[in-house]
Amino acid sequence: MKTASKIYTALIFLFLFAPIAILLVFSFNEAKSLSVFSGFSLKWYAELFHDSATLESVRNTLLLAVSAMALSTVMGTAASVGIHHLRSRWLRAALNTATDIPMTNPDIITGISLMLMFVFVGRLFGLANSLSFWTMLIAHVTFCLPYVILQVLPRLNQMDPSLPEAAMDLGCTPLRAFLKVTIPEILPGILTGAVMAFTMSLDDFVISYFTAGAGFQTLPIRIYNMTKKTVTPKMYALATIIFFVILALLLISNLTGGDAGEPRKPRRTRRKKVLHAPEVKNDYVFAEINTGR
Amino acid sequence: MKKIVSLVLASALSLSLCACGASGGSTDGSGGALTLNVYNWGEYISDGSEGSYDTVREFEKWYQETYGQRLRVNYDTYASNEDMYAKLSAGAVSYDVVIPSDYMIARMAEEGMLLELDFNNIPNYGNIDDSFKGLYYDRENKYTVPYAYGIVGVIWNANEVDPADAQGWDLLWNDKYSGRILSFNNSRDAFGTAMYKLGLDVNTTDKADWDAAHDALMAQRPLLYGQVMDEIFNLMESGEAAVGAYYAGDYFTMLDNQAGNVDLRFYYPEPTNYYVDAMCIPTCCQHKELAECFINFMLDRDAAVANAEYTCYASPNRVVFTDAEYIEELGEEAMEILYPGISDFAAEYNKYAYQNLSNEMLDYLNSLWETVKIN
Repeated sequence: MKTASKIYTALIFLFLFAPIAILLVFSFNEAKSLSVFSGFSLKWYAELFHDSATLESVRNTLLLAVSAMALSTVMGTAASVGIHHLRSRWLRAALNTATDIPMTNPDIITGISLMLMFVFVGRLFGLANSLSFWTMLIAHVTFCLPYVILQVLPRLNQMDPSLPEAAMDLGCTPLRAFLKVTIPEILPGILTGAVMAFTMSLDDFVISYFTAGAGFQTLPIRIYNMTKKTVTPKMYALATIIFFVILALLLISNLTGGDAGEPRKPRRTRRKKVLHAPEVKNDYVFAEINTGR
Repeated sequence: MKKIVSLVLASALSLSLCACGASGGSTDGSGGALTLNVYNWGEYISDGSEGSYDTVREFEKWYQETYGQRLRVNYDTYASNEDMYAKLSAGAVSYDVVIPSDYMIARMAEEGMLLELDFNNIPNYGNIDDSFKGLYYDRENKYTVPYAYGIVGVIWNANEVDPADAQGWDLLWNDKYSGRILSFNNSRDAFGTAMYKLGLDVNTTDKADWDAAHDALMAQRPLLYGQVMDEIFNLMESGEAAVGAYYAGDYFTMLDNQAGNVDLRFYYPEPTNYYVDAMCIPTCCQHKELAECFINFMLDRDAAVANAEYTCYASPNRVVFTDAEYIEELGEEAMEILYPGISDFAAEYNKYAYQNLSNEMLDYLNSLWETVKIN
């Protein structure tokens, strides 16, 4: 039984990683083929760094992903706080459903309808090019937002509502209480949301394809457009580099700030401290809080 | 008060989207310099890789040297004629030069999406061989300048296929090679092979002809390794499949990469398919003269030779196929395959090339294709 489960695990890993391994190996192939390995060479890596169009599309992709991440994280957090504070259950459910639409909608429908909207608005303003970097950014923010909200909202619900209230009791303005108490509490959710937004934006093809304007192509679009002929091994080289960069980032984040994702750690330790100091009198603690602010 | 603030925050999503929407449209990416937007097939121009000629950068350089003004070319690519058509017809973007294939040009011209060219600005049009004038998609040569053309042939692995069998379209139906044959994974090309084999007109409006082709394809279906498009490169190079039909230019790419135990050969069946991709200027063009200047540059010796060498497709440009350097680079055998010496290209082409089908015919074709297609 145990060997069977081991084989099963091995098979799963094989299916997950074999395609990446093949890509990696063939990025060092001397020939152009994906089936014949004719010798080790770094030729395609050299080619890649001379291919200005591909490098520009990488730059475009990163620029777009970072901007979409920043915007959707800020907007998503703000929207979550708003939804969280709504009293009416009905209204909250309605807003939750509305934010889920871009996530459950098929990409192709989101893409086409956004394109039609941009064209419509562009025509109103009499523009020849209604699609540009900005339309793509709006599209990306649109489909990244729900993921941020989905990460931040549960954090807000988990958070003890008396924490910001206590802070305001002790003299904080609502804004200060939000920045000093609420934000640190929900930070893991915000960070996860931001990372998700970044990755969603990075590998989106369908929506980008419909909303891309002249002179701004992202990497997925460029690769797709190579299929009239074969995709050149330059792309394998690029994929290999991206794979290792992400692997390195994952390793670093897991080795150093590994506990960043764990919720409520600070509070637990704070409580522990109090528990371990039973000799401290209650009024002394209060005095400390009052002066230490 | 709190409730109002909450509502405002909650609607941040929709509000800011609207606000962005309004400001998003008004931004134009050009920074003072002239911009020319070119829309072409992916991997269809010499782009400076592997030490080749970087056509777009060279044009920018040449323009600045000649006219003393900075020019930026936004060079974008598409994967199919239909993709390009969808983008342009939606009015979403404005491109100055596009390079679609013949049947799409016919459709765009019919729908008034193309501008007439001013050939005074394209003196190099004289380089185009006369046999590429008067083609069906632009009989009066008003809208287009041909860029490249290709002919479909049959590629076969001589280590597996008996040379005696290697002729005509019948090889793709030969049950000796059952499970080793590749067919096209798109309706038009797949039906085309059957119709050339049966001697039917590929642009027919007679449903019975389409049905006949359908029967032939159903008979071929059990013999197939698969229906493929660009996967054909890897399958033929590695010897996984033995027979397939594809463009002559692509045969050379496969030949360069074939495995040690594979010996790929090529021949033209009679009749066969021809296609021409041509440069034209769509009505959404912003800088018509500049676009014509670009087209003219593409016909210049250096650019045209570099592009023909890079894409491996045949060029309709006389300066290219009579160029000593180009002939030497390609070699005698490749020249014979790429330029099979068709005496009257226009006549052959107008007879056998795919033309735009009516919507009714396209629907019928696609309904037949559903049963032929292997999932």
